[in-house]
Amino acid sequence: MLTPLESEALLLSLRVGLVSVIFSLPLSLAVAWLLARREFPGKTLLNGIVHLPLVLPPVVVGFALLVLFGRNGVAGAWLYQVFGLTFAFDWKGAALASAVMAFPLMMRAMRLSLENVDRRLEAAARTLGAGRVKVFATITLPLMSPGILTGAILAFARSVGEFGATITFVSNIPGETRTLPLALYVLTQVPGGDQAAWRLTAISVALAMAALIASELVARRLDRRIRGAG
Amino acid sequence: MSPQISTGIEIDIEKRLGEFNLAAKLALPPSGVTALFGRSGAGKTSIVNALAGLLKPDRGRIAAGGEILFDSTRGIDLPPERRRLGYIFQEHRLFPHYSVKGNLLYGGKGNGQISFDAVVTLLGIENLLARRVGELSGGEKQRVAIGRALLANPRLLLMDEPLAALDAARKAEILPFIARLRDELSLPIVYVSHAMEEVVSLADTLALVDDGRIAAIGPVEELTSRLDLRPLTGRFEAGSVLRTVLRGQDATYGLSELAFPGGRLRVPHLALPLGTVLRLRIHARDVVLANAPVAGLSIRNAFSGKVVEISPEPGPLVDLRIDIGTPTEPVMLWARITRRALEDLKLQLGGPVFALVKTVALDRPSPGRPDAETEAS
Repeated sequence: MLTPLESEALLLSLRVGLVSVIFSLPLSLAVAWLLARREFPGKTLLNGIVHLPLVLPPVVVGFALLVLFGRNGVAGAWLYQVFGLTFAFDWKGAALASAVMAFPLMMRAMRLSLENVDRRLEAAARTLGAGRVKVFATITLPLMSPGILTGAILAFARSVGEFGATITFVSNIPGETRTLPLALYVLTQVPGGDQAAWRLTAISVALAMAALIASELVARRLDRRIRGAG
Repeated sequence: MSPQISTGIEIDIEKRLGEFNLAAKLALPPSGVTALFGRSGAGKTSIVNALAGLLKPDRGRIAAGGEILFDSTRGIDLPPERRRLGYIFQEHRLFPHYSVKGNLLYGGKGNGQISFDAVVTLLGIENLLARRVGELSGGEKQRVAIGRALLANPRLLLMDEPLAALDAARKAEILPFIARLRDELSLPIVYVSHAMEEVVSLADTLALVDDGRIAAIGPVEELTSRLDLRPLTGRFEAGSVLRTVLRGQDATYGLSELAFPGGRLRVPHLALPLGTVLRLRIHARDVVLANAPVAGLSIRNAFSGKVVEISPEPGPLVDLRIDIGTPTEPVMLWARITRRALEDLKLQLGGPVFALVKTVALDRPSPGRPDAETEAS
């Protein structure tokens, strides 16, 4: 049903999306917590930095990643020496580019839900003998779960659709970094690729819709749960 | 200021909150119910929050049961989770993502004296355990919140206007349960309120909070009968509080006799054992005064006394404080009459007077009959 080329791009996109979401989730949660709950010098700066990918041209982000995480980049050279990690021209680089681009979306959703958590409930839990960690795990986290889910789904969808930063940072290598949008781009550049391009478009739409519907269903259940209904 | 009791609660704190200055110094007894009473914004909740560790004072010291909870000079500030103070808030603050049972068990399973089953029975929430918080009524939520605080093994309960968010019917539903906590668990309770009805029905000790300070602290009966504290206790609530003992039952007429030093009040039959201590509240407007014994009146509760105080406030109504007790044990009764009547009857300070009581409010009734008003007979 899918051509080998299509399934390759689809599976790669799914892997890139999942990995980018899984690794950026804890960091996103930490930044959301800092911005929602803490006052510290440089807070405005941090807020600005994490929002940059939202307003910069993706190519700029890709180029910055190339400079930083390329084999000769400051961070890239260190990561290679210490962990043997390579990002440049590698699917992991595509995941990194997607994670950076999707980070503001995920963080904003989490921050919003954290700001909506009733702090009086946390205070009540403290008076019942729960320390900060227990309160976070048993009260704060469950109550912000819809926001975490929404953030993760948004970030996943954004990752699957990432194009500019990815092609700039890790290029367009079949089977390695050629995700759905990149494959689609290639097809639009060759004569007679229209039909194949339409098929890839349909796959992209189906994937995005599936993610959104799943998130809607789960979010509704979580929401009912934390509102204490049935 | 009352004497320092090392096993009770000692608070001596200062806190600046914007334009508001809290400077509270008070010692609370180690048992019974202490009410913090004052108008909204007087600083009652801030005091309780400081006690619970939810508000950090700028300076001062807080100790409970001999343990120091906060001491700014020694750098001690126990976090709320280690203070073991049960807090019942104005809003129930139940965790919406837990069931009723999950909420109850969040802070602990209770201990020997306060077991899970005992708490559930005491509060009448057996049938609610499997429910979600969203399915409970306001009164049920507050009962579950009380149970949750109890099961965390507190050394003391803090209640911040636990009835304020409820309507009259729900209030009547919860009040007896709080009375049962007081009577059956012997757990000290600090009760914040701006409703004198609740204070009088529950509290033994009253602390009047005014503009961030403790204006007075003492037994409820004493403070509510002091004219100088009237601006704080409220003229609207004007009345006196009497401590009486159930001494006799009159089967023929279906009356109960409540004794106080200097006399007996007769009220419709109370199904309580002899010797039960009952606190009565008699509104100043329910006391009729006469300058001589009156015959041919349906009111049976008449007491001779003398005028101890006449309120100096201007206006058509005056409040008189009448001592109807014995020379060694004074019992104060407030009466509200018109200034015209005061002059017609020629009532004077130190002069004799007859007080006729129309209605008494029973403030310490058996559970289930909170604050019942009853015609005196």
